[in-house]
Amino acid sequence: MTEEPLIYDLSSPGRQGVRSPLPQFDPVDPGDVLPSSELRSDLPLPEASEIDVMRHFLRLSHKNHSVDTAMYPLGSCTMKYNPKVNEVTARTPGLADIHPYQPPETAQGALELIYELEALLAAITGFPAVSTQPAAGSQGELCGLLSILAWHESRGETRTQVLVPDSAHGTNPATGTMSGLQVISLPTADDGGIDLQNLKESLGPGVAAIMLTLPSTLGLFERRIAEVVELVHAAGAQVYCDGANMNAMLGRVRPADLGIDVMHLNLHKTFSTPHGGGGPGAGALAVQAHLEPFLPGPRVVRNGDTYELADPPPTSIGRVHSHLGNFGNLVRAYTYIRSLGADGLREAADDAVLNANYLRAALSDDYDLPYDRTCMHEVVLAGTRQRRLGVRTLDIAKRLIDYGIHPPTIYFPIIVDEALMIEPTETESRESLDNFIDVMRRIAREAESDPDKLHDAPVNAPVRRLDEVTANRRPNVRRQPPASGT
Amino acid sequence: MSYAPNTDADRAAMLRTVGVESIDDLFVDIPVQHRDPVLDLPPALPEIDVIRHLGQLGALNATSDDLPSFLGAGFYRHFVPALVDQQLLRSEWYTAYTPYQPEMAQGTLQAMYEFQSLVCDLTGMDVSNASLYDGASALAEAILLCRGLTRRPRVVIAETVHPAYRDVAATYTSALDVDLQVVPATSRDGTSVRPDNEPLVEAIDDRTSCVVIQRPDFLGMVVDADPIVQAARRHGARVVVVVGDPVSLGLLVPPGDLGADIVVGELRSLAGPPAYGGPGAGMFAVRSQLIRRVPGRIAGRTVDLEGKDAFVLTLQTREQHIRRERATSNITTNQALVILGATISLSALGRRGLREIAEQSLTAAHQAAEALASAGAVVATDAPYFNEFAVHAPEGAAARLDRLRSEGSVLAGVDLGCVSSRFDDLILVAATELTTASDVEALAAAWARTR
Repeated sequence: MTEEPLIYDLSSPGRQGVRSPLPQFDPVDPGDVLPSSELRSDLPLPEASEIDVMRHFLRLSHKNHSVDTAMYPLGSCTMKYNPKVNEVTARTPGLADIHPYQPPETAQGALELIYELEALLAAITGFPAVSTQPAAGSQGELCGLLSILAWHESRGETRTQVLVPDSAHGTNPATGTMSGLQVISLPTADDGGIDLQNLKESLGPGVAAIMLTLPSTLGLFERRIAEVVELVHAAGAQVYCDGANMNAMLGRVRPADLGIDVMHLNLHKTFSTPHGGGGPGAGALAVQAHLEPFLPGPRVVRNGDTYELADPPPTSIGRVHSHLGNFGNLVRAYTYIRSLGADGLREAADDAVLNANYLRAALSDDYDLPYDRTCMHEVVLAGTRQRRLGVRTLDIAKRLIDYGIHPPTIYFPIIVDEALMIEPTETESRESLDNFIDVMRRIAREAESDPDKLHDAPVNAPVRRLDEVTANRRPNVRRQPPASGT
Repeated sequence: MSYAPNTDADRAAMLRTVGVESIDDLFVDIPVQHRDPVLDLPPALPEIDVIRHLGQLGALNATSDDLPSFLGAGFYRHFVPALVDQQLLRSEWYTAYTPYQPEMAQGTLQAMYEFQSLVCDLTGMDVSNASLYDGASALAEAILLCRGLTRRPRVVIAETVHPAYRDVAATYTSALDVDLQVVPATSRDGTSVRPDNEPLVEAIDDRTSCVVIQRPDFLGMVVDADPIVQAARRHGARVVVVVGDPVSLGLLVPPGDLGADIVVGELRSLAGPPAYGGPGAGMFAVRSQLIRRVPGRIAGRTVDLEGKDAFVLTLQTREQHIRRERATSNITTNQALVILGATISLSALGRRGLREIAEQSLTAAHQAAEALASAGAVVATDAPYFNEFAVHAPEGAAARLDRLRSEGSVLAGVDLGCVSSRFDDLILVAATELTTASDVEALAAAWARTR
C-alpha cells in the first residue's frame, strides 16, 4: 500500500472544501467589536477540495483492521460485532440534536432513556443503583474509589491503601494513585486466583478496598470469591469489581449477589457500543445501596410521570463529566439491551465462554497454557515453547497480521511470560474460530521450520515493523509548522 | 438473539472438543447458589421495533428544529459537513480499537497525527495528545499535571471558567492535596457585567501551581490575558487556558501566543450535534517541555524497517498499561472517533471555512444582541465578546427563561446563576453560523412579548 500524504500536503492556496452557510445577517466586522490585539493574523489550516478530503480519509481507513473486516480477538477488549441498528438509533434527531442545557421538560425522552438504562444495568448486575455519568471504565474506577473513600469518611475512618492483584489491568493501580491511595500489589496464587493467606496478611485497618477483576484478566472466575469478600468485609474494607469482563457473566451471575460493593461496566465492551479506533467508551458505575449517596451527580430521577435532573446530595463525590456522560453511547447500549433481552444477553455470555474454551482446547497442544482449567470469555496462552525456538510472542502476533487476523492482547497479563490473551467474543462463528485455530497452528509450525518468516512479519500489511525507539527518543508528534512569514 | 452465529449443532460439536457435556459445565466456578439468576428485563425487540421505540423517545425531546435555540455555554451547534458522518460510519474507523498494533492501524494513527497537528496550529501550542474524555476532564488533568510539575498545592481558577469544568476539577482533585481557589473575574455595575482581572492577579502567589482562565470566557467575553500571564510568570505559576468554543480559534489570537502553558477545551462541536452533552472530546495541548507529562495517547511519526513513513503510538511509558501506579493518568480510552470527525471537518472547512463560520458566529451573536436591545432588553455584557453575551432579566433569569419558552417558544439561553448567585439575573445567549435571521426574529419577538 502506498504512503498517504498528510492532509496538509493536499493543500493548495485558495482551495476550499465545503462552503460555509449563506450569510443570514449584515456582516459584523470582527475588527469593529474586538480589539485588533485579540485577532489572529494567520490561520495555518489546510486548504483542500472536498473530494481530496474524502479520498484522503477513505484511503486512510483502508489501512485499518476492524471488527467488520475480520476476527479481532483482542483480550480484555471484547471486540464483538457492533450492531448497525445502534448507529441508526444514536442518530435519531431527537436523541442527537439536543442540548444538555435545554429544560428537562423538553428532554423527557433523553432523561427517560438514561433512567431506564440505569435500571436495566441494575437488573443485569444486581446492584440497586447505577450512574451512567462516567465517560469510560477508568473514570468509573475513579468514581468507584472516590465513593468508597467518601463512605469510609462518613463513618469517621481514613483509609489510605488499596489492594490490587498483580494480574490487574494497569488502570486499577493508576486509579488508586489518582485517588490518593497507596497501591499494594497482591501476588496471584498458583491456580490463577487470589492467594487467601497473602490477602489476610495484606488486609489491615488502612485498607480502603480491593480492586478485583472478575473474571480475572487470566480469563478465570475467582473460585474463592466468597472467602475473599468475607475477608475484605471483615477488615472493614470494600470490594471493587472491575467489570471489563462482564460479558462472561451476563445472565449467569449478578456480581452484586456475590457481595461485591461497587463495579464499573464498560459499555463499549459488554454492551456493543463501538470502540471507535480508541474511544469514546462509556463506563457506568453500579453500587450497593450504602454507596448510593456518594454516586456522581446530577442524577436522573422519576417523579410521577416526569423525569427530573436532581442536584447531587452533599454526600456525592460530585461531577465527573461536563454533563451526563457519553450520551450517544448510552443510546447504543440501551438499544443493544432492548434488542437482546434477558435470553439474548445470556446467550451472548454462553457463546463467548464456549468460544474461548473451544480455542483453549484446540490450541493447547501447540501453545503453552499457563492455567490449565476451564476459562471464561478469554483464554491466556503463552508463547514460551516458541521462545525456545527463538521466536517471541511479538513475532507470533505480527505473523497473525499477515494472515489477516488482528493479534490478541500480548505480554498481558504481565505475570504471564510471553502472554497471548485471546478473547474471541460470542459473535465469531465456529468457522471463524476454526480458521483462527488453523492459522495459529500454522504459525506454530512455521516457528519450528522457518522462524524467520515470523521474525520478518508482517509482510502483507500497509507497513512493516516500525522504528519505535527513534519515535520515542526524538518524538515527532505534529507536522513541522511552516517557518514564520511563509 | 445475540448476534451470535453459532447453531445448536455448532455448539454441540464445540462442546465435544472442549470435553464437557453442556455449556452449564463451563460456569461451575461460580458459587452454585448465585448461578443463573433470572434477569428481570423487558422482552427482546426486533430491529424495526427497537428503532420505533427509540424514535418515540426521541420525539419526546425538542430539537433545534422544534424550538429556535440560543443555548451554548460550552456546547455549540456548528456546521458539520456531510462527508464527516459518511466517514464516521465507515466500519474501518468505528469498529477498530486503540492502535496497539500499528501495522494494522495506520489509518487511525495518521488521522491522530493530523489531528494533533491541527490542534497545534489552531492553539499555537507545540504538542497535542489525541484527546481526553471532554473539556472538563481535560481541565482536571491539566491541573494534575501542574501539581506534579510544581509540587505546589494551590490552583487559582477564574469564576468565568465553565462551572461544570470547575466541578469536575474539584472531583478529580478531591482526594489529593490540592487547594482549588475559585476567584471572581468580573465586576457588576447595576445591570452590566464586565471583566475584572484584579482579584485573579492578586490571588496568584508563590504557592500557586497554575492559574486557569477561559477564552472566550463562560460569559462569552474576550478578556486581555496579559496581566494574568505576567502575574503567573512573576510567581512561577503555570497558565492553563480553557478554549470556550473551538470555532473562536478561527478568529482569535491562539492561546499559545498569549503565553499559555497548557490549552484545553471541548471539540465536540466540530464533529457533530451536541448529543445531550456527549460523547465530547477534550483537547489537551502543551509546550514541548511538558511532553513527557501529558496524559493519554499520542501518535508519533516514524519509519518502518524499509524506511517507509509510518505512525505509531509514542511515549507510551507515560501510560497506565506500562507505568501502572506511576502513570501520568489512569486514562485508557480516548475520544478517537470524535476527534476523527473534528479532523475531517477542519480539513473540509479549511482555512477559509473556519474563519467564515467564526465570523458568522460573531455576526449572529452581535445581531441577536442588537435585536434584543431593540425589543427592550438590556444587554449586560460590557466588554468585547465572540458569540455569546449576557442579557439582564430583572425578574430573574430562571423565571424569564421559563416564560420565553412557554409564551415565546424559544430556548433563549442559559441561566447564569449556574456560575454564581451574583448572576442569577443574567441570561447567557449564544449564536453560531447555524443561527438564522428568523431565529433571531423569534427571539426578539419572544422577548418583547414577555416584557
